[in-house]
Amino acid sequence: MKPFIAHEGIVVPLDRPNVDTDAILPKQFLKRVEKKGYGKYLFFDWRYHDNQEENPEFILNKHVYKKASILLTRKNFGSGSSREHAPWALKDFGFRVIIAPSFADIFYNNCFKNGILPIVISETLVSDLFENVNRVEGYTLRVDLDSQTIEGKHGFHTRFEVDSFRKEMLLNGRDEISMTLQEEELIEKFEGKHNVYFQFDVPENKN
Amino acid sequence: MAPKTIIDKIWEQHKVHGEEGKPDLIYIDLHLIHEVTSPQAFEGLRLNGRKVRRPDLTYATMDHNVPTADKNKINDKIAHKQMATLEKNCQEFGIELADIHHPDQGIVHVIGPELGLTQPGKTIVCGDSHTSTHGAFGALAFGIGTSEVEHVLATQTLWQSKPKTMEVKVNGKLAPGVAAKDLILAVIEKFGIGVGTGYVMEYTGEAIRSLSMEERMTVCNMSIEAGAKAGLISPDDVTISYLKGRRHVPSGEAFDQVAARWQSLASDEGASYDKTIEIDASEIEPQVTWGTNPSMGSSINGNVPYPDQFESQSERESIQRALDYMGLEPGTPINEIEVDYVFIGSCTNSRLSDLRAAAEIVKGKTVHSGVTAIVVPGSQTVKLLAEQEGLNTIFINAGFEWRESGCSMCLAMNEDIVPPGKRCASTSNRNFEGRQGNGSRTHLVSPAMAAGAAIEGKFTDVRNFQAALA
Repeated sequence: MKPFIAHEGIVVPLDRPNVDTDAILPKQFLKRVEKKGYGKYLFFDWRYHDNQEENPEFILNKHVYKKASILLTRKNFGSGSSREHAPWALKDFGFRVIIAPSFADIFYNNCFKNGILPIVISETLVSDLFENVNRVEGYTLRVDLDSQTIEGKHGFHTRFEVDSFRKEMLLNGRDEISMTLQEEELIEKFEGKHNVYFQFDVPENKN
Repeated sequence: MAPKTIIDKIWEQHKVHGEEGKPDLIYIDLHLIHEVTSPQAFEGLRLNGRKVRRPDLTYATMDHNVPTADKNKINDKIAHKQMATLEKNCQEFGIELADIHHPDQGIVHVIGPELGLTQPGKTIVCGDSHTSTHGAFGALAFGIGTSEVEHVLATQTLWQSKPKTMEVKVNGKLAPGVAAKDLILAVIEKFGIGVGTGYVMEYTGEAIRSLSMEERMTVCNMSIEAGAKAGLISPDDVTISYLKGRRHVPSGEAFDQVAARWQSLASDEGASYDKTIEIDASEIEPQVTWGTNPSMGSSINGNVPYPDQFESQSERESIQRALDYMGLEPGTPINEIEVDYVFIGSCTNSRLSDLRAAAEIVKGKTVHSGVTAIVVPGSQTVKLLAEQEGLNTIFINAGFEWRESGCSMCLAMNEDIVPPGKRCASTSNRNFEGRQGNGSRTHLVSPAMAAGAAIEGKFTDVRNFQAALA
């Protein structure tokens, strides 16, 4: 995975709470067996009219946001289905950072696996950012993962929290499976003493 | 020793490795997979020359995409390819698969318990958010993304930070005619869709203890709709007797030993939780959602709300947006809302007892003209058992369609789609915009309430039907 160290980009304001993964990537696009190419389906039902034409009212279709790479949104972003297709679509569209007051657990986790940094900051700070973005066309932010800071125009500056393990994984673009496989001995040792009462492993005392 | 919750106990028993400043490495006892969220994970293994560590702890089925009208007719080529890919992957990596023609095929969260793969104290994962269903048995079961599916396939473990614990105490008893579905919808309506974020919920209290295993599965299934990582219920005699004799459960003396171990997993008296929420079961009435997330609900005797009843502007906007999408006027009595479709099925409510509850209402009556009503059993086993009882005849005679098992209209990945602007009474778990089809309008209800809506053509207090039967 490509490391994530810092990122500067245009912020698009998606002013809705509880945006679920069905909205981020509708189910008709889950049938593909590939990991790439979902960007064009991102927010499909909101982005396009029934006749497949772009809905000019939807924020992502405004010209200034075509190259946005930071998504600003409200609480509980990414709720619902566990589909990793949602972060795949966001990444493929070009998003590297999502800022919200809260995220749904599975989605939050899925972002890190795909080099997207989800940032939680307070509702008040999110509202401040919405104000800035609405005031300044093409408002940009600079996000620095190492120092855990966000900086922008109009005096916006804040620190954010991120779990140190996830931070390191992103900063180094590490492959989690390779890392775990280094612990293989521990896993084997654990398996030696752990008895799952599972049909394929009939408990020892059965015979 | 300090009293512990079942969550603490399962965590300790599965910790492969733990060090300061890092999540724990947790062992996974059962990995369930299906066609939609697994192809990219297998592809990842192939690209890196990796194997599946424990194919014997992995079990696969096809459910999300499968056609339910005729399983021999897969018209959707892309869906067909996805199913063929699962078959190929299971062959290549040596994983047992209940494919579309297999007698054990069904919704992954229905067949796990049915086959006895789901057991107390296990850690269970699946690339599906409704994996929380298996928590009904006192298993720690949660949904994961495809990257984690690949991680579990390769290592049989996951890096996880221990979640916080929440007790959801359901006091009192459910009134007659009120279902487990009404209970969980009422919990989500009261506490909101974000209340569980970062937590594993344990449901406790008199009302929970009185539920059957199938009802407990309905409750735990929707924990994710409250934002929780998982939901579970400590095992008891109800759990043990459900599991006895199931295919993957040990038998004879070994069963007694396993059962004793399972019982010992229950949360200890006086165990403490990071948070506790409480609800009185006796006050819960049959529920119907009116909005576009599962917390936007009401009792059957309530009304569609007025947005200006709500305090914050963002909430008012949210409600207004939901009402616009749902095509509902504020103040409309819930029991005057007419439906076009009725769907009885999904991992929430497609088990035998769900079908029985619906059939009891439907028996001898006719589906209202203009309503399309379908019953999609959760598995081939549920279908067979229901047919042996004659439930299929009751549904078919009333004008319902009787289908093959699968996820179907819950998420409309196959051909079972609610058309734009049409209103569906659905026993599923999500009423999000477009969930049952682009522009579809979903109202979440219990199986009995869905059956009542099918007969009346509008939502109705199903207790009136039940009173007539008594």
